[in-house]
Order: sequence, then structure tokens, then C-alpha cells
Amino acid sequence: MNSEQGRPPRRLRSAHSSLAAHGEPLVWLTGGALALAIAMISGLLAFIAVRGAATFWPVPLVELELADGRRVLGEVTGRERVAAVDGREAFGRTLLKTATFEVTGNHYEWFDDPGVARIVQPEWATAVERLEGGRFHGLPLRLVHGDKTVAEGAELAWREFERIQPAVRRRVREALRIDRHDRGVLQRQLRAARLGVVQADLRSGRDSVAYEAAVREEQAVTARVHERSALLDAETAQLREENAGWGFEFEAAGGEKRVLPLEQIVRAWQPNRLSTMGKLGVYLGRWWEFLTDDPREANSAGGVFPAIWGTVAMTLIMALLVAPFGMLAALYLREYASRGPVTTAVRIAINNLAGVPSIVYGAFGLGFFCYVFGAGIDEVFFRSALVADNQPTFGTGGLLWASLTLALLTLPVVIVATEEALSAVPNSMREGSYACGAGKWQTIRRIVLPRALPGIMTGLILAMARGAGEVAPLMLVGVKKLALDLPIDGTFPFVHPEREFMHLAYLIYDVGFQSPNSQAAQPMVFTITFLLVAIIALLNVAAIWLRSRLKRRYVMQQF
Amino acid sequence: MQVFTDSSPAGSQGSRAPAGDPPADRLLAVAAGREVAAEVHDRVLAETPVLEIDRFNLWYGGKQALHAITMPVPHNKVTALVGPSGCGKSTLLRSVNRLNDLVQNVRITGDMRLSGDSIYDPRMDVIELRKRMGMVFQKPNPFPMSIYENVVYALRIDGENSRAVLDEVCELSLRGAALWDEVKDRLHDSALGLSGGQQQRLCIARAIAAEPEVLLLDEPCSALDPIATGKVEDLIQELRGRYSVLIVTHNMQQASRTSDYTAFMYLGRLIEYGPTTEIFTKPILRETEAYVTGRFG
Repeated sequence: MNSEQGRPPRRLRSAHSSLAAHGEPLVWLTGGALALAIAMISGLLAFIAVRGAATFWPVPLVELELADGRRVLGEVTGRERVAAVDGREAFGRTLLKTATFEVTGNHYEWFDDPGVARIVQPEWATAVERLEGGRFHGLPLRLVHGDKTVAEGAELAWREFERIQPAVRRRVREALRIDRHDRGVLQRQLRAARLGVVQADLRSGRDSVAYEAAVREEQAVTARVHERSALLDAETAQLREENAGWGFEFEAAGGEKRVLPLEQIVRAWQPNRLSTMGKLGVYLGRWWEFLTDDPREANSAGGVFPAIWGTVAMTLIMALLVAPFGMLAALYLREYASRGPVTTAVRIAINNLAGVPSIVYGAFGLGFFCYVFGAGIDEVFFRSALVADNQPTFGTGGLLWASLTLALLTLPVVIVATEEALSAVPNSMREGSYACGAGKWQTIRRIVLPRALPGIMTGLILAMARGAGEVAPLMLVGVKKLALDLPIDGTFPFVHPEREFMHLAYLIYDVGFQSPNSQAAQPMVFTITFLLVAIIALLNVAAIWLRSRLKRRYVMQQF
Repeated sequence: MQVFTDSSPAGSQGSRAPAGDPPADRLLAVAAGREVAAEVHDRVLAETPVLEIDRFNLWYGGKQALHAITMPVPHNKVTALVGPSGCGKSTLLRSVNRLNDLVQNVRITGDMRLSGDSIYDPRMDVIELRKRMGMVFQKPNPFPMSIYENVVYALRIDGENSRAVLDEVCELSLRGAALWDEVKDRLHDSALGLSGGQQQRLCIARAIAAEPEVLLLDEPCSALDPIATGKVEDLIQELRGRYSVLIVTHNMQQASRTSDYTAFMYLGRLIEYGPTTEIFTKPILRETEAYVTGRFG
């Protein structure tokens, strides 16, 4: 071949290969993109986790003595530098959570470093968390009961306070429980009896036997409720009586003395005296309150238990609703529908549905589920409430409608994932089943579905993650700022899917951006976000665990 | 010896190959789309057929894949289908239990009869039909369930739930598939944990569990290593005489070792069909000889 004289042998291929052919630049590019994505996501999560977890840690209380002689006591929550402007030098300043609103008139205040004469950490500085009015920072003086001084001096008073406070707190909670829960039950009984009368009137008229029976029943219930109510009154009065008179006198940093009623004190701690274990105790105690208690002070303090409940319940109900619908729809599309332009169009339409703004689903949910569907249910089953109170039962937002709306929202995700999973089932398995004489449905149920289940679970996990973090549609179909009655309780029929509920994602919006005191609420926002992310992660981990179990059972490595 | 003279219902698409055509030209004639009569040995016709394929044509869309196949499949004998790739062996096999129904755009003419019942009769319930047959595929396709459930799958879908019946069928089938000793201690483990050869024998056990009238094997050893192949071939030997087996194979040795009768197909047509010993030692047609000795294909 290369025998032609004078010409070097012709080479078809170069002996060298370009850098691009080896792929190194692409390794860096792809790896870099992944690293960037991971860095951003983990950075966000770490930021939320650190800020969210730090909220309840007891921070030292510092006392600033200002150049003008004023003194303030608070937690350092921020530092910043103020740039130099015409001749003035740059200086730092500190954001102090001064709390003690009734004395300072502020919750937070900036202090310029040049104006601060002295910084100390008073040993006995106490942070007091109250039911109302925010925190109080001060030094303990004495514990009083009525006009009597029970204990004088920081140490004695504090010791006595720690001894008495749990009992006081218990009585406060008991009274609160009676007011919120037991009285609520009585109210509902009254209402049910009253509606029973209206119902009997609507159904059989005023002269009927049923109407008279209902009236008698109402009278009986009313009597019973009054009797019970009086008992409760006595009970709460006694609890309040026992708590009344107890007070803890503090001296604020400026020297003002205030007696705080003990029944108003949720918790008090002295961060400058606490050991690490003691701080941990306060920390865990505040977390516990956060997770298990009802919110107070416009949701900016206390707990978020109803919101946790609402989030988890809504997500699970949504998953239960969307899973069968999505699976059936995908089954038809993949297993039954003949391939053709119509099927393709339907598939494209479903994919497009995933891109519809979620608020549109919310509007649809309100318009259809609440106002059409729910109103229809009210018309048939809850007419008495409609007539007597002009109050819808199902005809307004609620847990069920919110779950349904979100199920609709996440349906495309489930359908697409299920279709993928179904198409990944090898055809040889279907053929094997048909060859055994199995029918279509038998093949689907016994072979295709089990094999596709892990993939379907993946879709469901994605749907749950999307649904649990959704806020916009929920605002229209049932999420409320405050809804302390859980959708499951002791009153008949025990499950109340029509009730409005609280949701963590909405709480983030509400506390963070609708709160009158947004600075105070800010740490709470981080904590709620942290909690929401943790709950979604927990739900996902549960689903992933389930999926890996299914995978081990049904999908394998062939050969 | 009898020469089957087929007449295509779709009308003759070329001149009939004249009798006495030099045999080597037969394949050329087939390739040219002309009809060629199949050589079917008398001994095949002397057997009682369990399955009769009768002038069967099949089209995938506009492309004809099977041309007027007429062949009886003898009862309780092993019949091998050989031929080069794409000659329609698997298509023919999958037409027997109507798995081709699942493929879109398939059109057929002609008929097949299983023990006298027309397979392509519109009144024939295809599910009932498939229950009378068992099929094993190229790649082992155990279901994602336990070994036990795999074997009794055909009975389960018929609603059989009696533990005693299922246990008995499971053991008998696994013994029949020479797998019992290997898996008897782990019947309730996933079938997906078995080796490829074991999986294929499991598929055979599954296919014979419901006592099929015909067992269809579609290149059952093509995805197996030589040792597993040997085991499956031994198994086919054991099934001989008890089941009517129709096996598609690419492997000439396998056909000669395991089958009683061999049919040679080429480009969708049956070329020669006779006792295996005759096909491999003294076939009527030179083309058959050329193929089975490996000179073409």
C-alpha cells in the first residue's frame, strides 16, 4: 500500500488524540456541576439546620452600661459594622434582644460600640418567658404571695421559685385545657342538640313527634351542659385561686421593679449561671414545648403541634388519595390504551399539568371541591347547620379538600413515574404470564404491579415531597392561621375531615411575613422551616425504606 | 414420501417451482419469493399429530413472515425447528399459543388445530387455549415471586388455593424439571436469586406444572452456559415420551441430540421436515444437508 515512491505512508488516523477525546474537560465540567449543586443544596440545608436548631439554646444575657448611664440587659443577636462617613470613623454595633417590652418599649435595639461604656454578664440575670407580653429580662429580687414576701434575695427567691413553679404551671395548663377542650366539647354538644331541633323541624315540621323529642333532647342537653359548665367553672376558679397571688419580683436593668404573676410565667432560666447540662435541659425543654404545645402570641411563641399534625395528616391523606388514582390512570395509559396520537396527546397533556401554577389548583379546589362538591354535601347532610347558623360544614376549606387539591396537584408526578415504572417491567415477564394462561388483569396484578411497585413508590415520594411543601393552594382550601381543634378528637364521629387545619409551610409564611413583630419571630421561622424539612425528610425516609424492601423482593439482578 | 403442494390463499405471488427443480435452486427460488413445496417425510405423517399447522400465513404489517406453513406436530415426541436467523421459527412457535396477538399489526390466514380444536377460531378463548400449552422463552423469565409461587403460578391464576394440591404439583413439576434437589430447602426464597440455568429449569417446571398438551421451547438454552445447557438438554430428553415438545433451536447438535423430528425452515417457509436421524444423515434436499452440516446459514 505504501509502496509509492517519495510519498510517506498515508495515515488514516492521527497518532495523537485531542484532550476532548479523552474526556478530562468533561469530567471537570460534569463533576463541577454536581459539586456546585450539592454545595448549594447542602449549604441551604446546613443554614436552616444551624439557625433552626440554635433558636432554643440559652444564650448568655449581657448587660450593657451605656455612656449616658442607661443600662440594658439582653441577648446579643447580631453584629454589624457601620461604614465611615464624612470624618466619622467606622464602628461596630450590636443588636440586643432587650425584650422586657413594658420597660424598654422595644423588643430589639441597636447599640453603637462607641456608646457602650461597660459590658458585664450578671450572674443572676434571668430570662422569663411569659404567656403574654413576650420575654422579660431582669434580676430576681423576691418571691411574693399576696402581700407576704416568701423569699428574699436572688438565690433564695430563685430556689423557692423552682420549687413552686411546676405546680403553678400544671394548674395553669389544666385550666387552659378545661377552657379550650372541655368547654369546646360542651359547646359542640349544645350546637348538636340545637341543630337536631332544626333538623327535626326541617324534616318533619313543628307539630311532629320527632320535633318534640328533639326539643326535649335539647332541653336535657342544655341542662346537662349548664350543670357541667358550672362544675368546670368551679374547677377553673379553684385552680386560678390557688395560683393567684404568687408573684416573682424582678428588677429590670434600668432599676425598674416589676412583679410578674407566677401563673403568667411559662419558663425562666438563668443562662449565665447554667452549666452545659443545664443549658441542654432548658434547650430540650423548649424543643419539647415547641413540638407538643399549642402556639401562643400570634404563633410567634409556644409550640406548633397542631401544625405538625395538620402537615402530616394532610400529606398522608394526599398520598392515600393520589396513589390509587395515579396508578390506575397510568395503568390504563401504559397497559390498555392502544398506542396512537390520542394516547400521546393525553400523555403530553398530563406532563403539562405538572407545570400549571399551584395557585390555580388552589382556586380550582376552592371552586369545585368546596363550593360545588362540599356545598352539595352540606345541602344533603348538613342542611340544619346551613339553615340555623348559615354556616357551611363541608362547603368551605378543610383538611379533606386540601388533601384532594394537593392530590390533584401531584397527580401528574405519580402518573408519569408509574408509567416509567410500568414500561421498565420487561415484556418477557408479561409474555411469560400470558403463556401460562393468565389474563391481562391477572398479569398486571400478579406480575407487572409488584415488579413496578418500587418505581411507583419513587413517584409517590416525589409527590409527597412536593405536596408537603406547597403553600399557595392551601391558603385557599382550608389552612388557617390558628386552628386548635384537630381533625381527630373525642367528639362523635371522631374524624372531622371538614375541619380547617394548620400547616407548617403556611406557618412559615404567617410567622415570618405576617407577624407584627417579625424580628422576634425570625428565629421561630428558621425552627419551623427546619422542622418542616425534617418531617418531609422523615416521610421520605420511611417511603424509601419501604421501597428498598419492595425492591429486594421484586426486582433483582438477573444473572 | 409425499410432496405437500401448498396453495397460498393470498394468491400465487410468482410461478410455482416446477417439479424436478435442481435442489440447490430451491433456496434461490424461495429468496426470489416463489413458492416452493416442502419435503415432508412419510414417517412424520404416520405419527398421530397433537398439533396441526394448516397453510398458515402471517404478516407483520406489510411484510410476510410465514408462508403457507403446513406441518403436523407428533404427539409425545420432540420436534425441533431449525433454520437461519429470521426464518420465522420463533414466529411460528409464538403463533401456536397466539402470543403474536399481543403484537400490533399482525395479520394471519390459515389455521392451526390443537387436538382437533381450531386455535384461530374466533370463538376460541385465547386464555383457555394458552392454559393447554406451556412455553419457555429464550431468556429465563422467572416472575418476581418465590420459587414455589413461580411453579404453581398457572394453578394460582385458576384459583387453586389448596395447599395440598399446590405442594404436590410444585414438587412433581420441580422433580420433572430436575430442579427439586437443588431448591427443595428454599422453595419460599425469591426465584430471582437462582442462577441462570436454574431459572430456566424453573421456567420449564412452571410450563409443565399444568400438564400442557404441547410444550413450546423457544431457544431455551441460548442464554445459558454449556453446563446449564447440558442440564436443560438432559431434561428435554426426559420429557420425551411424556410431553409433546416443539423446540426452536439454533444449535444443530442440540437438535440432533434432543429431538425425534426436525423441521428445516428458510425465509418463512418450511423446506424439509422429517425424522431427525434422516434430516441429519440423509436428507432429501441438498439445501437441508448444506444447512445441517454448517455449509450455510
